[in-house]
Amino acid sequence: MFTLYLKRIIRSGYHNFVRSGFASFASILMLTITLSVITSLVFIQAALNASLNDIKEKVDVTVYFVPDTDESDIAQVKEALLQIPEVRDISYTSSEQAIEDFKSKHSNDYLTLQALDELDENPLGASLEIRAKDPSQYESISNYFENDSTLSQGALTIIDKVDYHQNKVIIDRLNSIISGANKLGFFVSIILILISIIITFNTIKIIIYMSKDEINVMKLVGAGNRYVQGPFIVSGVLVGLCASVITIILFIPISVWLGNQMTEFIGINMFDYYKSNFVQLFVIVICLGVILGGISSSFAVSKYLKK
Amino acid sequence: MIYFNGVTKKYKNSDDSSLENVSFTISQGEFVSIVGHSGAGKTTITKLLLAEEYPSEGEIFYHSTNIHKLPKRELINLRRKIGTVFQDFRLLQNKTAYENIAFAMEATGKTEDEIREDVPHVLELVDLGKKASHFPSQLSGGEKQRLAIARAIITQPDIIIADEPTGNLDPINTSDVINILKKINDLGTTVILTTHNKSVVDQLKKRVITLQNGKIIRDEKEGKYIIK
Repeated sequence: MFTLYLKRIIRSGYHNFVRSGFASFASILMLTITLSVITSLVFIQAALNASLNDIKEKVDVTVYFVPDTDESDIAQVKEALLQIPEVRDISYTSSEQAIEDFKSKHSNDYLTLQALDELDENPLGASLEIRAKDPSQYESISNYFENDSTLSQGALTIIDKVDYHQNKVIIDRLNSIISGANKLGFFVSIILILISIIITFNTIKIIIYMSKDEINVMKLVGAGNRYVQGPFIVSGVLVGLCASVITIILFIPISVWLGNQMTEFIGINMFDYYKSNFVQLFVIVICLGVILGGISSSFAVSKYLKK
Repeated sequence: MIYFNGVTKKYKNSDDSSLENVSFTISQGEFVSIVGHSGAGKTTITKLLLAEEYPSEGEIFYHSTNIHKLPKRELINLRRKIGTVFQDFRLLQNKTAYENIAFAMEATGKTEDEIREDVPHVLELVDLGKKASHFPSQLSGGEKQRLAIARAIITQPDIIIADEPTGNLDPINTSDVINILKKINDLGTTVILTTHNKSVVDQLKKRVITLQNGKIIRDEKEGKYIIK
């Protein structure tokens, strides 16, 4: 009996969906807009994260060693530093590499280059650039050089300086920008999603309001509440499915265009991002569409079933 | 079978009663016409009988059951025993003639085989056999009303309530609809007809309840349409 009812509800819902023409079209349009807003927010979040990661990459704590320090001593310090849980990676710059970098950076500054040539030996020491897993962890890494006992006294004497305190203001500012951007992004996303959901819900409510006489007729011929409500939910789910598929398709050319034209500006190739996250996005959009369509219809009809 | 016991109905925002202390009984197999001016309370009686409205005072019984004290599930069962036909047809616009009738059977849990067997038969009965796949918007007024009657009788209800069923029809279609209702009554179904149409009531030569300002002013076994 249950399967018979279910079959009839699905068939009736499908007929309602196909035959409602303009009403179905309007619902699909509204839900497509809602799903597009949500997908855009996912894209914006990805772009924001890419930009923030890019900035994070540019921040590090550099440990400068006194000139003529043995590479093996530096390697020991590097090994010790790699044990710190907050450290993500460390790159080593030798004193030769440092002088090369300095020269190429000041290739137009003859005065400085000339002064450098006057010196008999390389004045620059080797350095280690330490990148933390999170920008907020730089302070604890820099403290490590000041009071941690895991570095031997010998190791401390070969360290010329740690530039964390020079970068502290920038790092702190970056931290507050990142956390602010994340909070604002989340807040704005929630507001936009809520607005879109309310608009979708109201559109479906108005469309079902047009069917309120039919709902009454169904009840008059002896249909139970679930039998009246079922086909509307099926129609809502079908509206959700169509809107989801349209949204997914719509974002292919959009991401291609963004990938071709805006990669430099955004800092991430949106088409690559869309391709690599396609399955997750597909599942999220389909689920959201189906749930929004189904629940909106269910709520809208239940109002007329109370009598 | 149906018993109205001192029923009064007052609508919100209105000082006047739509029905005032109305009592009458309708027996199984009767054909009762309820007549009166607009606003006399005819439609209120049908709405009360379908439990679409609740009485302000009094009770309405179907056999020995007070229909306004029925739980929701039982109310659905009661409605399945009452077929309804309205002036504005109230068909499901998104369904074909066949599907409109099938819907009433589906709602009562009839099997696909029963539906396939009964629906064409009842469509033939109301002379719509060739219009099974038409949507209501493709049917004339008379055809729509015949379809509504077909839907009302498909579940073989105990009672048919026809609320001004000929109000939107020309004389030929009116006569068709009344003849179908008479046939249904001859087969044992109780028919309650509310109407404005004097010639219909006078030709029927059946029981007539006359309402005026929410009160019964006349109840005759073989009555006529007499309203001042």
